[in-house]
Amino acid sequence: MGHVVDTREAAPQIGPTRYGGEAMSSPNTLEGWGRISVPGREVLSSDLEKLTRGARLSRGLGRSYGDSSLPAFADDKIAGTRLADRILGFDPDTGVLRVEAGISLAELNRVFLPRGWFVPVSPGTKYVTVGGMVASDVHGKNHHRDGCFGAHVRQLRMRLASDDLVSCSPTEAPDLFYATIGGMGLLGHILQVELTMRRIASPWVLMESERVANIDEFLVGLDRAAAGSPMTMGWIDCLSRGRQLGRGLLMAGDWAPAEQAGATRPRAPIELSLPIVLPNWALNPWSARAFNALIFRTQLRRRVVRRVGPDPFFYPLDAILHWNRAYGSRGMTQYQCVIPRAAGAPAVRELLELLAELGCASPLCVIKDCGPQGKGMLSFPMEGTSVAVDIAASPDIQRVIDRLNEFVIAAGGRIYLTKDRFTRAEHFRAMEPRLEGFLAVREKWDPDHRLRSAQSVRLFGDRP
Amino acid sequence: MKAVVLGGTSGMGREVARQLVERGDAVCLLGRDVEELARSAADLEIHHPRREHGGYATCDLEHPEGFATALDRADAALGGFDTVIVTAAMFASQAALEADVELARRLVTVNFANTVVFCEHARALLLARGGGRLVVFSSVAGDRGRKPVAIYGASKAGLSAYLEALDHKFHAAGLAVTCVKPGFVRTEITAGLPPPPFAGEPRRVAAQVVRALDRRSPVVYVPRAWALVMLVIRWLPRFVMRRIEL
Repeated sequence: MGHVVDTREAAPQIGPTRYGGEAMSSPNTLEGWGRISVPGREVLSSDLEKLTRGARLSRGLGRSYGDSSLPAFADDKIAGTRLADRILGFDPDTGVLRVEAGISLAELNRVFLPRGWFVPVSPGTKYVTVGGMVASDVHGKNHHRDGCFGAHVRQLRMRLASDDLVSCSPTEAPDLFYATIGGMGLLGHILQVELTMRRIASPWVLMESERVANIDEFLVGLDRAAAGSPMTMGWIDCLSRGRQLGRGLLMAGDWAPAEQAGATRPRAPIELSLPIVLPNWALNPWSARAFNALIFRTQLRRRVVRRVGPDPFFYPLDAILHWNRAYGSRGMTQYQCVIPRAAGAPAVRELLELLAELGCASPLCVIKDCGPQGKGMLSFPMEGTSVAVDIAASPDIQRVIDRLNEFVIAAGGRIYLTKDRFTRAEHFRAMEPRLEGFLAVREKWDPDHRLRSAQSVRLFGDRP
Repeated sequence: MKAVVLGGTSGMGREVARQLVERGDAVCLLGRDVEELARSAADLEIHHPRREHGGYATCDLEHPEGFATALDRADAALGGFDTVIVTAAMFASQAALEADVELARRLVTVNFANTVVFCEHARALLLARGGGRLVVFSSVAGDRGRKPVAIYGASKAGLSAYLEALDHKFHAAGLAVTCVKPGFVRTEITAGLPPPPFAGEPRRVAAQVVRALDRRSPVVYVPRAWALVMLVIRWLPRFVMRRIEL
C-alpha cells in the first residue's frame, strides 16, 4: 500500500505551543485549565515587586482555560503570583479592601463570608486569584445587576513593561486602568488590587431552581428571573434536540435575609478529587447525554426553593477538584460567546442547533443573560445571552471553533478570551471592533510588546 | 503560646505565623524590611481582628549586633515569649557560590554562625524563664555532603549538629529544640528550580511544622517523604556519590 494522505485540514501550529497528544504536567511545561500544555516554567515568589522585574507575563492559579496565562516562548519569565497572598488593608465601615494580586477568592471567602462580606462579583470557581479576576474582568450570576468585577475595582498597583511601578484608577491613568481590566495581563503586572466588597445579609443563599422544557422558555425565564433576582444562571442540555433543544435548569438566587438564615453557618463543602486522568473515550456523546439526562431528572418537581451555602450556589464544580481530567489526555477547551440582544432568541436557538450539529458539546452548558457592556476595553460581556460549553480537544477542534466563530461574527457577538485557545486572529478582529482602541493603549504603555502570552502571539501577532 | 518568628514575612515563616495566629497564639514577626513587616502584620491582624497580636520588630541575620535588641522588643510586645521560630536563611545555587566567594562567605556566616548566635540569645532568654520551644529551619541539604549543595549544605550541616547538641544538653532543663529539615518546598527560595517529586506546598508543610512544635519533636522532615529519601542518600557509598549529580 502506498503512503496515506491525511486530507483533514491541519490545525495551524502557532508559536511553540502544542496541543492534543499528551498533556502531562511536568516541571518544564505549563498548562491552563484545559490541560493543553506548552513548554515553560513559572517562577514563584511572595515578593511581586521583585518577581515581576523582567517578567513577560503574570500568572495566578492557571484557571483560564486556554493560553492566556501561558508563555509565548519557552524561555519567557513567567511570574507565578499565588504566594503573594496578603491582605493589606480592610475598612469594615466602607468595605474597601486592599490585597496582593495573588490572593485567591477561596481565601477571601474563608476570611470574609463569616463576617458578612462577599466579593462584589464572583466567577464560577473560587480557585482564582484576585489579579486574575481583574485581568479577565470576570462576570458572575449578578452581571445583569452589578456588571463585571472591574466595575468594583478602585485602584491597581502595577509594574509596567518599562519596569516602572505605577498606580492607576478610574481617575489616574484611566486608559491604563481600563485596558488592564479585561486586558489579559498584557498592559502590566498587577501587584495590588483595591476593591469595594459587598455587605451580605447572611452567608446563606435562597436558591430557586426551575426545570425548563426548551430554549425559548429558557430565554423568557432568564428575563423574568433577572427582573426579580439579583443572581441568575442556567444549565442547559446542549445534546437534546428538537422540541427539547435547550432544556435545563434555571437558577435564581439572592442572599437570605438575616431573619431567615438562622444562627447556623454553612458547612465547609466536601471536596472530592478526580485522582486520575480518565481515558479519552470516557467522555463521549453517550456518556454526556446520560449525564445530562441524570442532572435534568434529579430535580423531580418543576420548581424547588432551597437555602444553600455559597459554595454549592456559586461553585458547584469546585466540589470535584481536577474535574478537567475527565476529558482525558487530549485536554479540552471551553467555548464561551455572547449573542447580542439585538440578534434575539432565534440566534441563540441557532447557536444551540449548531452546537448539536457539530456534535462536540459535552455536559453542562451554561447560559446567562448579560447586562450592558462595562468599561474594560476588552471586557467580554455585552447586553445579550452568554453561552458556555466545554469541548474536548479532539483532532477537528479547529474546524469546530471556526464554525462557531463564523456564526458568532454573523450574529454580532464575541468570545471570552479567558476561555479561548483556538480562535484565529482574523476571526477575533472581525468580532472585536474595540480591538484597535485596546491595541493603541497597549502601544502607548508597552511599545515593544514586552508583555506577551501564547494568546497574544496567536491573536495579536506578537513576535520575539 | 507566644511566639517570635524570625523570617515570618515570607515563605514558610509566613505560613507558620498564620497558622499559629489562626489557632489563637500571639506572634511577633522579625524580619529585615520594615515595610514588609508592616504588611505582614496587617495581614495577620485583618485575618484575625479580635486576637491579641505581637506586632513586629526589625532583625537582620547579617547583623548579629541587633539580635538582643530585636528579641527584647519582641519580648516586650508579647509580654514574655515562650517560643522562638527561625525560618530565615540565605540560599544560592552552588554555581553562584563557586563564582563568588564573598557570597559564599556571607551565606555560610548567615546560615551557620549568625543563626547560632541568634539561637544562643534565644536559648538564654528561654532557659532563664524555665524553658520553652526553639524551632529552627535547617535543611535536608545538611544530611550528606552533596555536589549540588556543597556550600549551602555545609552551612546547614553545622546548624543541624548545633541544634542536635542543644537538644541533648538542655532537654532536661525544659528547652524543646526542633530541627526542621525541609526537602523541596515551593517558596521563593526554590523559585526557578525544577521541583522534584515530593515537592511540598508551604501551607501543608507549615501545618506539619506546627504539629512537630506541639509534640516537641527533636527532628522533623517536611514533607515527610524526605525522611526516607535522605535515609537512602545517607547510606549511598562514596563511589556512587562521586558519580551521581544528586
